[in-house]
Amino acid sequence: MIEAVHLTKRFDTFVAVDDLSLSIAEGEVLALLGHNGAGKTTTVRCLAGILEPSSGYATVAGYDSVQEARQVRRLIGLLTEFPGLYDRMLPEEYLRFFGEMNGLSPPVIQGRAEKLLKHFDLWHARDRRIGQFSKGMRQKMALVRALLHEPPILFLDEPTSALDPHSAKQVRDYVAELRAQGHTIVLCTHNLAEAEALADRIAIIARGRIRAAGTSDSLKRELLGPPLMEVRTAEPLNGALDELRGLVSVVAGGDCWFHFEAENPALTHPRLLRRLDALGHSVLALSEVPRSLETLYLRILEQVE
Amino acid sequence: MTTDLIDLHTVKTLVRRELRDSLRDWRIVVPIVLLTAIFPFLTNIAAQMAFDFLEGYGATVIGERMVPFGMMVVGFFPITLSLVLALETFVGEKERNTLEALFATPASDLELYLGKLIAALVLPLCAAYAGIAIYLVTTSFGGGLELPGLLLVQVLLLTTLEALVMVSGAVIVSSHTTSVRAANLLASFIIVPTALLLQVEAGLMFWGAYQALWYVALALVVVNAILIRAGMRSFNREEVLSRELDTLNLRRVGKDVRRLWLAPPGHARIALRTGEALPRWSVKRFYTHDLPRLLRSGRFALGASAAIMLLGFLFGWGLAQRFPLTASFVNFDAVASTISRGNLSEMPAGGVGLLPEFNAGAILMHNLRATVLTLMFAVLSFGSISMLLAGLPMAVLGFLAGQVGGAGSNPVQFLAAFVLPHGVVELPATLIAAAFALRIGAMLIAPPRSLTVGEGLLLGLTDFVKVFLFVVLPLLGLASLLEVYLTPLVIQLLY
Repeated sequence: MIEAVHLTKRFDTFVAVDDLSLSIAEGEVLALLGHNGAGKTTTVRCLAGILEPSSGYATVAGYDSVQEARQVRRLIGLLTEFPGLYDRMLPEEYLRFFGEMNGLSPPVIQGRAEKLLKHFDLWHARDRRIGQFSKGMRQKMALVRALLHEPPILFLDEPTSALDPHSAKQVRDYVAELRAQGHTIVLCTHNLAEAEALADRIAIIARGRIRAAGTSDSLKRELLGPPLMEVRTAEPLNGALDELRGLVSVVAGGDCWFHFEAENPALTHPRLLRRLDALGHSVLALSEVPRSLETLYLRILEQVE
Repeated sequence: MTTDLIDLHTVKTLVRRELRDSLRDWRIVVPIVLLTAIFPFLTNIAAQMAFDFLEGYGATVIGERMVPFGMMVVGFFPITLSLVLALETFVGEKERNTLEALFATPASDLELYLGKLIAALVLPLCAAYAGIAIYLVTTSFGGGLELPGLLLVQVLLLTTLEALVMVSGAVIVSSHTTSVRAANLLASFIIVPTALLLQVEAGLMFWGAYQALWYVALALVVVNAILIRAGMRSFNREEVLSRELDTLNLRRVGKDVRRLWLAPPGHARIALRTGEALPRWSVKRFYTHDLPRLLRSGRFALGASAAIMLLGFLFGWGLAQRFPLTASFVNFDAVASTISRGNLSEMPAGGVGLLPEFNAGAILMHNLRATVLTLMFAVLSFGSISMLLAGLPMAVLGFLAGQVGGAGSNPVQFLAAFVLPHGVVELPATLIAAAFALRIGAMLIAPPRSLTVGEGLLLGLTDFVKVFLFVVLPLLGLASLLEVYLTPLVIQLLY
């Protein structure tokens, strides 16, 4: 659905996007993860047909982002980094304007506007000027604007950055709903938990380049090594760990617990359990130690630095 | 970025939103109401008082001319607001972060440009027309000074064209600056010439030269065409969004100029946008490769300059027919003897006009000065005044040749003797200099695709300097030598 090939964007001497290539399938949610200034917004602007790449190219639904920018923009909904709303307008007026700019008829706009405003708890504020909205309401209003023409492709730049926990959940749930409906979504964020929860794949971008891309699990495995497992026993292990070293790679341990790297769980886990049983240790739990995306992310940034 | 046809519905939607936004801003509405509803009354009272005062001294005619002048002023004040609105159009939205959402819509660059242009124009123009109407009604009630209908048409036309000049100029400024403050500072380049123009119009009105107002209107049409064309060509999302700083980076400019100098014609984009290595520059390469391509790329400018020079000559010739001098002014009897005595090099102390003495150096300096002036005016006037400077000497030549012909002498012989020996070199040099100066203006109005206005200007200037140093300057040098050493001999031979 979206294809970027050796995309580069320079502003004078500053290279904002550097030889970036990525491919996003229809119905896929890709999280572009990166710190401020990493190149996420510029990448999205290039993909959305707003900025012209300095070199390389991008296609969206088969349309070239430069030569057929207008067609590209018809197919996308863009939630910008800053909500940027017209403060003197009423919410429905605002949506009518953007609806008409996207070629929708007034009755269609009216129906969709009402539905979306209600969904995001903005309906009660429909008689207030947008300038009077709170930060969170403005963010949701901008999201409604991006969704109004029901684009098959969405670029969401920090969709929950200004929202309270309740509103953030509301937005995340809606994105999940859109994903289930088959929308293709590019999610720019530095909220790691959000990326992990919503995205099929994660691309970590730093200094304009994609440094790693894949599913959360595959990235962790690739960059942090095999999954880390924890065993908890009923009795102190005493010297039992030494007996296990040939079987699994133990990385840490205590009285009644130890961590090991599970290179091949199907093979090692049954053996390990049998050995512990043979040594007279009752296993209370065998579980995976959660490894945060944050660790992974910071590891990559360290490498870039 | 897009080349689709204009969707008028999109333009209309944009205009409607902008108008609604303006009408909800009391900082816009209050001045418009005041200027429309109250100012015409005040102007009318002032005009009546001036009329009564001047009538007391028998200067009725000046008093009468206060009425159309007042009408023009009443129309002008509301349209100054259009400048404020237009300056705000893009850069204001950019400051408020609303621009990106607008740019993400399917609207084309042209639709956005037109929508903003029209929106900035409509409200102030309506206010100007309303103000003029109120002024006329109050004038007719207050004693009925009659106003010719044609003059009303002229004032309405001039008001509309002036508003359009201000708006189209301001939209260009707005789309090329990064802050409203910077846009306001640059606005003086629009408001000062417009205010001066208003004074010219006022002068023409008090002079009673109403016919001349049509020429002013015609000039405004040309300026509008240039500004709108420049705006349409130079406006694009890319330029507006990616411009972050207004800082003047002289090192960058120097680097760009150096790369443009090295780049063969047609490779400006590669030179400016990529780090690709460029071929080594040499004088040989310039004459054998670059110059033919430069001349080919400047063929329209060369054609236009040649046409202007020809028209200048014909205009001068026509003037000579209309204002013939007495035959005594055209006397070649003493020419040959004067030259033979070498008197041409014995100029009066202080020289004659801009030529201090008759030698090759002085002539070259004079021609160089004219070329530099042409370049300066080209940058300031989008190339148009450089055309004037190309046509003016030809008009003088045409006038002289016309007078010679009118006095019964042979104008061809005159031209062959006095102009041809050095003109055969000097005229091509003038033509090329004028054409490449015109090209600088063209770069400002419509920079080549994928180049910004600034980059277009640098390209135009670099090409001009190349052609000036390696073509125009040698030709002018040769021409000055021919003018001093060959032309007098030919004159002696033919006269």
